[in-house]
Amino acid sequence: MHKKVIIIGSGPAGLTAAVYAARANLEPLVFEGSQPGGQLTITTDVENFPGFPDGIMGPELMDHMRKQAVRFGATCEYKTVTKTDFSNNPFKIWVNDDEYTADTIIISTGASARLLGLDSEKELMGYGVSACATCDGFFFKEKEVLVVGGGDSAAEEAIFLTKFASKVTIVHRRDEFRASKIMADRVLNNEKIDIMWNSAVEDIHGAKDTGVTGVKIKDTISGDLRDVSCDGIFMAIGHVPNTNIFKSQIDLDEKGYITTQPDTTNTNVSGVFACGDVQDQVYRQAITAAGTGCMSAIDAERWLEEH
Amino acid sequence: MADNVIEFSDQNFDSDVLGADTPVLVDFWAVWCGPCKAIAPIVEEIANDYDGKVKVGKMDVDNNNQVAMKYGIRSIPTLLLFKNGEVVDQVIGNVGKDSIESMLSKAL
Repeated sequence: MHKKVIIIGSGPAGLTAAVYAARANLEPLVFEGSQPGGQLTITTDVENFPGFPDGIMGPELMDHMRKQAVRFGATCEYKTVTKTDFSNNPFKIWVNDDEYTADTIIISTGASARLLGLDSEKELMGYGVSACATCDGFFFKEKEVLVVGGGDSAAEEAIFLTKFASKVTIVHRRDEFRASKIMADRVLNNEKIDIMWNSAVEDIHGAKDTGVTGVKIKDTISGDLRDVSCDGIFMAIGHVPNTNIFKSQIDLDEKGYITTQPDTTNTNVSGVFACGDVQDQVYRQAITAAGTGCMSAIDAERWLEEH
Repeated sequence: MADNVIEFSDQNFDSDVLGADTPVLVDFWAVWCGPCKAIAPIVEEIANDYDGKVKVGKMDVDNNNQVAMKYGIRSIPTLLLFKNGEVVDQVIGNVGKDSIESMLSKAL
């Protein structure tokens, strides 16, 4: 199948690009990827997206954006792109064995949760180790859980988990939060949340049949080790860009983010554009992702006019 | 939902899954789970591809938490493969179709 515009990713960046490209009659095809709607679908209340004075649930906001894009002629498919070839135009992409071609590509694959990198973490992922409180919190009713991290997402996950867990403990490497003041205050004032300052997770105990049973904690100042029991552990230690399928196809920076030219969403390949968190390690907000998504659709439209 | 994807529940689980003559693939999911929506069309394809060889069905964990608890589900989507009433294999998360196919080919 050949399209004028293929959009890879379906968060605020990809779907805003889809709205603009669809309204320009470019009939974009959106590959929604492994997390349709993107990172907002695993959050709860979004309180800082303009236009919603009472806040809006993340999944609902993304559902609105998807419907808005489809209304103007975008096609959204629950498929994940597995390979790309940007060496010639039309560009080629694959979903397993199915090949698609496009005159322009908009990359909006976003970022995924960063993990600690422990063998035990990999082994027990889905058995008590999680990177998504809103997905998995449900299974920890009246259980004790840890949240690793010190930023806004750690604070938000901890608060969300108090709805299910009997006790939530935040494990943070430093002695103060990186989270915004409003989120930090909510955590500090929540009776169900304890905080382990200056602490790092060294290992996770458990097995597939028992689930997670505890962790080994290292005091980041004294270096002392101790065991702490828990039923689940949630990672909230930042994000890594989803750019594996673009390696060797376009320029990435040393952290794996796509490099875009200043004041545009142009990548180093003419006709390939990038927007949202996959090219942004500074702001990483839904509204900035939507903003760059709009830019990339306009950039793609102008590129098509010129070529 | 495709006709080949069955709705399992706490009530019919023993008879329809544990007592089945063929292997059974059970997709544990919930309406609030984004990755579950992403894997659903793959599960439908599997149901059609393996029609007659593998029984494929879904289990909504919100309404059927007994079975989910019994099998220690702590993350969704989780796909459990049953054969003769026992779990013989499983995959967790939104995996590709090939991962599910390789799990099924080992069991068939």
